[in-house]
Amino acid sequence: MMSLLLPLAVLCPLAASIIVFLSAGRLSARAVGGVACGGVGLAALSAIMLATGLLAGPPGGVVHAQLWEWVRVSGFSADIVFTLDRISMVMILVVTVVGLLIHVYAARYMADDPGIARFFGCMTLFVAAMLVLVLASDLLCLFIGWEGVGLCSYLLIGFWHDDPANTAAARKAFFMTRIGDTALLCGLLLLATQAGSLRIEPILAATMAGLVPSFTLIAAASFVLVGALAKSAQIPFQTWLPDAMAGPTPTSALIHAATMVTAGIYLIARLHVLFAAAPVVMAVMAVTGALTLLVAACTALVQSDLKRILAWSTISQLGYMFLALGCGAWQAALFHLMTHACFKALLFLAAGAIIMRLGHEQDIFRMGGLRRTMPGLGVAFVAGASALAGLPVVTAGFYSKEMILAGVWGSRFMTPLSAHVLWATGLLGAFLTALYIFRCVFIVFAGEGKGAVSGGTPRLMAVPLACLTFLALFGGIIEMPDVIAPVHLFTALLSPSGHPSPMHEPGWTVLAGAIVPLAGLAVAWVLWGRTPAVMREMPQQAAIIRLARPGHGMDVLYDHIFVQPLRLLVWLTRRDVPDRLVAQAGWLTRSASIALAKTRKDILDTVARRTAIMTAEGSLLLGWMQNGRVRWYAGWVAGGLCVALAVVMLS
Amino acid sequence: MPVLSLNESLLFTSMLFSVGLAGMLVRRNLVFMLMSLDVMLNASAVLFVAAGARWHDASGQVMFLMILALAAVETSVGLAIILCLHAQGRPTLDADTGNLLRG
Amino acid sequence: MHALALLSAGIAFVGAIMVITRRVAVHAVLYLVVTLLAVAMVLALLGAAFAAMLEIIIYAGAIMVLFVFVVMMLNSGQPDAAREGEWLRPRAWAGPGVLAGLLCGELLYAATPFSGHAWPLAPLTARDVGLGLFGHYVLMVELASFLLLAGLISALHIGRNRVEDR
Repeated sequence: MMSLLLPLAVLCPLAASIIVFLSAGRLSARAVGGVACGGVGLAALSAIMLATGLLAGPPGGVVHAQLWEWVRVSGFSADIVFTLDRISMVMILVVTVVGLLIHVYAARYMADDPGIARFFGCMTLFVAAMLVLVLASDLLCLFIGWEGVGLCSYLLIGFWHDDPANTAAARKAFFMTRIGDTALLCGLLLLATQAGSLRIEPILAATMAGLVPSFTLIAAASFVLVGALAKSAQIPFQTWLPDAMAGPTPTSALIHAATMVTAGIYLIARLHVLFAAAPVVMAVMAVTGALTLLVAACTALVQSDLKRILAWSTISQLGYMFLALGCGAWQAALFHLMTHACFKALLFLAAGAIIMRLGHEQDIFRMGGLRRTMPGLGVAFVAGASALAGLPVVTAGFYSKEMILAGVWGSRFMTPLSAHVLWATGLLGAFLTALYIFRCVFIVFAGEGKGAVSGGTPRLMAVPLACLTFLALFGGIIEMPDVIAPVHLFTALLSPSGHPSPMHEPGWTVLAGAIVPLAGLAVAWVLWGRTPAVMREMPQQAAIIRLARPGHGMDVLYDHIFVQPLRLLVWLTRRDVPDRLVAQAGWLTRSASIALAKTRKDILDTVARRTAIMTAEGSLLLGWMQNGRVRWYAGWVAGGLCVALAVVMLS
Repeated sequence: MPVLSLNESLLFTSMLFSVGLAGMLVRRNLVFMLMSLDVMLNASAVLFVAAGARWHDASGQVMFLMILALAAVETSVGLAIILCLHAQGRPTLDADTGNLLRG
Repeated sequence: MHALALLSAGIAFVGAIMVITRRVAVHAVLYLVVTLLAVAMVLALLGAAFAAMLEIIIYAGAIMVLFVFVVMMLNSGQPDAAREGEWLRPRAWAGPGVLAGLLCGELLYAATPFSGHAWPLAPLTARDVGLGLFGHYVLMVELASFLLLAGLISALHIGRNRVEDR
């Protein structure tokens, strides 16, 4: 029963996608939305049934469903196998439940778009690919899902393909993640050569038994890390995610906030045994995460586009998760992934509703006073913002952030000092997070009204918002710090057999974690919230903010480092520069030797003349050889073959 | 004992290959160059099968199948390029004007 | 049997020469079909009946149909016909001919004569080939499928009608 239900969870969205694609143009918008929501809803239903079945079973039990054998040769094998364990159970619940809410929202949001069939086809296909990624117990099968979600992301970013800027953003996202995909494939191949299979359990078993040489292990872990960094838009790959906001808002909520960008987190959490054996890579991961956390939070502080603020905030929160993974607290990373999916989806959906009602206005400085005109959306947005900032006790974000900070504090990570430095970085990040999100809240909802507001929020959009608000506020009470209450449901869920390791953290760290977001809120209120706002005019003043705001700095840097040398090479080959150089050298030698011959009519004369003639003829010959004619090239190949054979025979 | 010994097969395939090469170098018409290329591919494929028969190993015929796939791809792409050049109003199929490709 | 094999090889060789010396493309295609059929005969006599069948079906069948279609679609260029007389002159074919002859000689010289006991004639069946293909060489089959897919896509892309682009 369970192993039948497992493929069904993947097949439902896939079938919905095929139906929607095939019937494009024949179904009404309402029917398309219904089919898509039905497919994802069935998947959510089966995910919930699977979860209850798994929890009712013995601890540590898994569900296998082998669909078919893909490749089997001596020394290597790969299968299409789905496995459900505790980690993937959390992920499929997040993907299907949050996905279902976003689909319901999108059915109304996109109702007037002529391309709605294309949109829902891609969205449901994305859910199917994401489920394949999550459920695969074979890394090659996981790679299929990994590429599938990348493809859907590309298609959806460029959804409104009439605008060249959108297609450029889609290409950028595709290329940046492609770099990571190549690295990931390299890592997988390295692992495959060592273990002879890409099944996760044998690989982890081989790692634990110390069968893998340490150099190979470190190389493979670094490659997988690069793949995860690119997918999750961490430094140095962070530039694609803000541009990806060109897609429709439900896409941004589902793919670029809640699920796809967390695939890197999931992959590393899945392989945490492998990474635990490579401490160097763990250190790099933690430092990268901390760095991304600060840089992205600072960038979010100066943005003026509502969706871009949320995009940079996503990057920053993913940095939190990488920090936790790097410190070995993978349970904390997964917990934060879960709560983040809820509150970030809520923020995006609320932002989408606000933008829609303001007539597609995204600049926060042209909004204002919306707390009076749309109070319901205001409550939802403020709830999401509080969860993101981690306001103590009442929000889900507080508990997950606290768990990460406790994990970082308690990690034995090279020296205790560096762990505490990372903890301080995380705390600073929490302060910045509260600052930028409440800056956004105060500018958008406080003050006097500016733009014209039209219509109300349709019910189909309000219901998912309400559900997500509930999850964002109360989804976190399943795991609490010891100081407040000894509740460890999530840790117990993930490692049922093992005793939950008590986090030895002093009480004052929890207090600090609780006070810092409140401090951020207070500072934001002082700067932007009071009626004569201190910082209201800031973006027009500071040149450095103007420079930092679009996040173009990194683009310019990458352009200079990677793109320009290639363009130079292309220019060189296009102008046939080597050819000309030879010709020029010959000409120079000849003219020099002619001058020489004129001045000194002695024995040098003939030598110089001979050299000149030979160089000139050599250059002519070289130039004549590169005439671009296929037949001549074939002739050269045959001639070379003749000579090589002759050499072999005569030797 | 196969009816053709490996020595005879080597002789035959070398000659066939050389004829194909000569055609490739002499002719300037793209269609003829593609046909010569097919002759060359056939020569190497026959050699594989002959060697497989000599040592009684199926690998020779596996390689033959691979060459067949390669030839199919090569021919279809080559013919598509020829059609594309023709559709763009190029008056001749002369391979030596190919170095004047623009756009 | 031996004489039959030599005869087929001879027909293939002569056919190949005819292919590269024809002026009209359709004639060359016909001679190429003859060559391929003769090669299929050689393959069959070498004990590779499966390969011979595939040679006839895919090569002489499918690929030649492609050639015929393309030759039909090209209104055999008039400027080409005028130039075709040129290559018949020795100075056009002497160089490549010498090069090809040289290569042929070297290949024949380099090929060490094989002697000794050969396997008894037991034809390799399609079953053996299939076992090899999907056992030991299965990764190569996957790669070949990728190659075919890439060829399909590029042929589609190159050959699609570009009239609306211009």
